[in-house]
Amino acid sequence: MPIAHIMASGMTGMRAAGDLVARMQFSKNMRLGEAKDFVAKKLGVSNADLSDEFVMREIREELDIGVITSVPGCAKGIAAKMNIEKLLDIEINCCETFRNTIA
Amino acid sequence: MATEYFLRMGDGQKIFMTKEDILADIEAGCADAADLGDIPALSEDEMDHMLDIITSPGRIVGVEPGLEVPVTHDIGAIRIDGDQGNSGVGIPASRLVGSMVHERAFGADTMELGHIDYSFKPVKPVISQEQQTMEVCQQNMVIPMLYGAMPNMGLYYTPDGPFENPGDLMKAFKISEAQDSIQHAGDHGIRDMVWIMQKLQKVGSDGVNFDTIGAAGDGDMYASLNAIEQLRKEFPNMYINAGMAGELVLGMHGDLEYDGTRLAGLWPHEQVLLAEKAGANTFGPVCNTNTSKTSAWNMGRSVTFTKAAVEASSIPCHADMGMGVGGIPMLETPPIDAVTRASKAIVEIAGVDGI
Repeated sequence: MPIAHIMASGMTGMRAAGDLVARMQFSKNMRLGEAKDFVAKKLGVSNADLSDEFVMREIREELDIGVITSVPGCAKGIAAKMNIEKLLDIEINCCETFRNTIA
Repeated sequence: MATEYFLRMGDGQKIFMTKEDILADIEAGCADAADLGDIPALSEDEMDHMLDIITSPGRIVGVEPGLEVPVTHDIGAIRIDGDQGNSGVGIPASRLVGSMVHERAFGADTMELGHIDYSFKPVKPVISQEQQTMEVCQQNMVIPMLYGAMPNMGLYYTPDGPFENPGDLMKAFKISEAQDSIQHAGDHGIRDMVWIMQKLQKVGSDGVNFDTIGAAGDGDMYASLNAIEQLRKEFPNMYINAGMAGELVLGMHGDLEYDGTRLAGLWPHEQVLLAEKAGANTFGPVCNTNTSKTSAWNMGRSVTFTKAAVEASSIPCHADMGMGVGGIPMLETPPIDAVTRASKAIVEIAGVDGI
């Protein structure tokens, strides 16, 4: 059933930019339009591109913020989230925890 | 003979109705919500749009390109490895694997970790296990990863918990004793939920999803709002989703308040204001499905309640759209035609910020 929602209405997560828009909603209480505007501006794309796998695939690989397929050498997990922190100018709890661990 | 269109009953059974009858059911469901919640009904255009969605010829439908919303998840990876009681499909897999499958294979926008019982209380004895799993998930995943659980105040009452069952007390006409028991359970629940999330934030959790707030009535909501308030004070950057259990907060206690507002009898557009005040980042409005009514009636009712909440809110609203809520049939395998129609209607008509 969740897959039906994702296909009907979802932003498809890391296939496109759904995780980035969701992060702005959670971290800054941004409503949908505001969150999409913010992320689109940071990525230099239109709002519609945020759900376009063709556009986002290349951008995600370029910015190294995590890609849906397993590309050797691309940032994964916390490494990708550290790049997302910089891109969106937010702090992600696990990245901060990781930094404190290695300090 | 008039053309008939297929749709579903609230229990999932396929039925056929004319356009006129479908529209009449949409209007009736909408009127029921407007009357109960004292909120505006949908406009004629909005009801016509819902009619178009329901009678769309395709098996599945979707939102117009550009109108997509983030889809958040409850129940966590239990959907993969859980049993039927949790609507799980019984695939032996760790919760990390289940979460990564949601991220990489399903295209989920956010994910959450949940204990197999999915209530806060049973997490206490296994908190180290939950911390360890959260830590590993955070190391490997990219999408936001919350911890999800139900406040489930029912577990705090006899025979499962330490406080006397308010239902038993009420049957014996011990009303004030029942209210005391609900209050005590609520206070105990606040302490537990805050403690559990303190531990999980320490290992890098993105935040928490309070799932099915109010399932045990106003005491459940009292505990959840106070837990949210305490967590927000301690963790200013924590992601907090306040997801409800039903469209109405039942007054099991009747006199409990949050910040001067009585909790019993609140509808979604009133609930969201308190969630926001307590410190939630997102709110999950709910409207339960009536299995004896058609999906047209249920969608009309659900979209009306949800739209009012979205308009009253200043935080994002992620509508609860699982089995048996939001106009989706009450069935563990809800038909895809019904799910996608309810999904499209809640986004395009109610204007939700997410699902």
